[in-house]
Amino acid sequence: MAAGFCVQDEFWGNGPRPGGFYSTPGGQTAPQYGPAKHTLHPMTTGTSVLGVKFDGGVVLAADMLGSYGSLARYRNISRVMKVNNTTVLAGAGDYADYQFLKEVLDQKIIDDELLGDGHSFSPKAIFSWLTRVMYNRRTRFNPLWNQMVIGGFHKGEAFLGYVDKIGVAYEAPSIATGLGAYMAQPLLRDAIEKKPNLTHADALALLERCLKVLFYRDARSFNKFEFVTVTEAGVEIQKPKSADADWSIAHLIKGYE
Amino acid sequence: EFPSSKYGGFDDSNQLRNMELSKNLSNMPKARQTGTTICGLVFNGGVVLGADTRATGEQVVDKNCKKLHYVAPNIYCAGAGTAADCRMVARSVSSQLELLRLETGQTKSRVVSATTLTRRHLFQHQGMIEAALIIGGVDNVGAYLYPIAPHGSTDSVPFATQGSGMLAAMSVIESRYKDNLTEEEAVQICSDAILAGVFNDL
Repeated sequence: MAAGFCVQDEFWGNGPRPGGFYSTPGGQTAPQYGPAKHTLHPMTTGTSVLGVKFDGGVVLAADMLGSYGSLARYRNISRVMKVNNTTVLAGAGDYADYQFLKEVLDQKIIDDELLGDGHSFSPKAIFSWLTRVMYNRRTRFNPLWNQMVIGGFHKGEAFLGYVDKIGVAYEAPSIATGLGAYMAQPLLRDAIEKKPNLTHADALALLERCLKVLFYRDARSFNKFEFVTVTEAGVEIQKPKSADADWSIAHLIKGYE
Repeated sequence: EFPSSKYGGFDDSNQLRNMELSKNLSNMPKARQTGTTICGLVFNGGVVLGADTRATGEQVVDKNCKKLHYVAPNIYCAGAGTAADCRMVARSVSSQLELLRLETGQTKSRVVSATTLTRRHLFQHQGMIEAALIIGGVDNVGAYLYPIAPHGSTDSVPFATQGSGMLAAMSVIESRYKDNLTEEEAVQICSDAILAGVFNDL
C-alpha cells in the first residue's frame, strides 16, 4: 500500500520505490489518492492545562497523566516545559506532538543562545512563532493536535497566551483548556475579579483548587500535577504534588431514589 | 392512519400537515429553548434550588422567565431543556400528587413520589420530552434532591446541576460543598453557582 500522494499505474512498474510500503502481490493495488489521514487522530493525550497571571509573574499547571483513550496509561509524564528564562509552555492534547514541539523549541533556543548576542526570545515572540507554526500545519491538513498555553514574564510584564491545533490564539489573564474551560475558568475569573492582583501563593492555591475540582469531575484527569512559575527571577518548576481530595460526602450518594 | 393515536403516546397525525406547511412557509416556529443553569443543594434541614432567568430561541426570548416550578407545597422542580416540556411535566406531576394526597389522606407528598412519577413519564417518551429536571423537597423522611435526565434516569445526590451552564455551576459547588451546611451558606453557594453559569455560559 503506497503512503501519501501516489499513483501506481502498474504494480512495481520501473522497480520497487525505495522507502515505499507495498502490500504482498495479489493484494490491493488500486491507486491511493488523498492526504494521509493518520495524523487526524490523537493517540496519547493530556487533559486540561491551566494558567493564571499574578502580581509579578505567571503560573501554569497541568496534571501528569497521559491517557490512551480511556486508559490512564502514563502516570508520570511532564506536560510543562521551560522554554527560556522568561517563558514557559504547557501542552494539552496529543503528547507525541507536544514532545516533537518541545524538541524543536529546545533546539531553537539553543541556536538562539549560540548567536551570543545577549538577546533571547521574549514570550510574545515564542507565542507568535508558535501561532504561525500551528496555523501552517493546520492549513496543510497535518495539525499538531495540541492546545498550548504559553506563560512568560518579560520587561516587568506578565504574559499569558493560548494557541490551538487550528491556530486560534489569544491572550487573557486566565486560561484553561479542555474541560478546564468549562469548570476551572469560572473559578479563575471569579478569583481575579475579586482580587485583581493575586500573590504567588494565591495563584498556586487557586490553581490547586481548580485542579481538585477537575480531578472530581474530569474522567480523564489524575491527582498528580506540576506547577511552573515564571517571574522576574526566572523559571521554577516545582516538585509534583497531589490535592487533598475530600470524599467525606460519599455516604450521601446512595442509589437512585 | 397513525397507530399512536389509538395506543396513547405522541399523536403524530398532524405531521403530514406540518410537512406540507413547511414546504410553503419559510419560518416554522421553533420550540422555545432555555439555555440554562440550574442547581440544587441539600443542607442541614432542607434543600435549596436555584435557576437563572434567561430563555433563548435564537435570541433571548424572555429575560425573566421562571424555571422553578411548583410541584407540591414541600416540593419544587427546576427545569432545563425545552421550557414547555419542563413546565407541563411539572404541572402534570403536581396534579397527580395532589390527587394522590386527596385519595390517600397524606398531608405531605414524598419527594420520591414526584421523582418516580416524572421518570416513568419521561422514560415512556424515550427522551423525546426534552426536560432535564432537578426535583428537590423536604418530606417526613428528610430532605431529598433528585436530578432527572430527559431519558428518565435519576440519582439521589447531595448536590446537582443541569443545563448548559451545569459545569460552571458544578465547579463552584464542588469547591465549596460540605456536609451539614447552614441554610445561609447553602443559599450563598447556590447563588454563586448560578452566577458562574450566567457569567461564563450563555
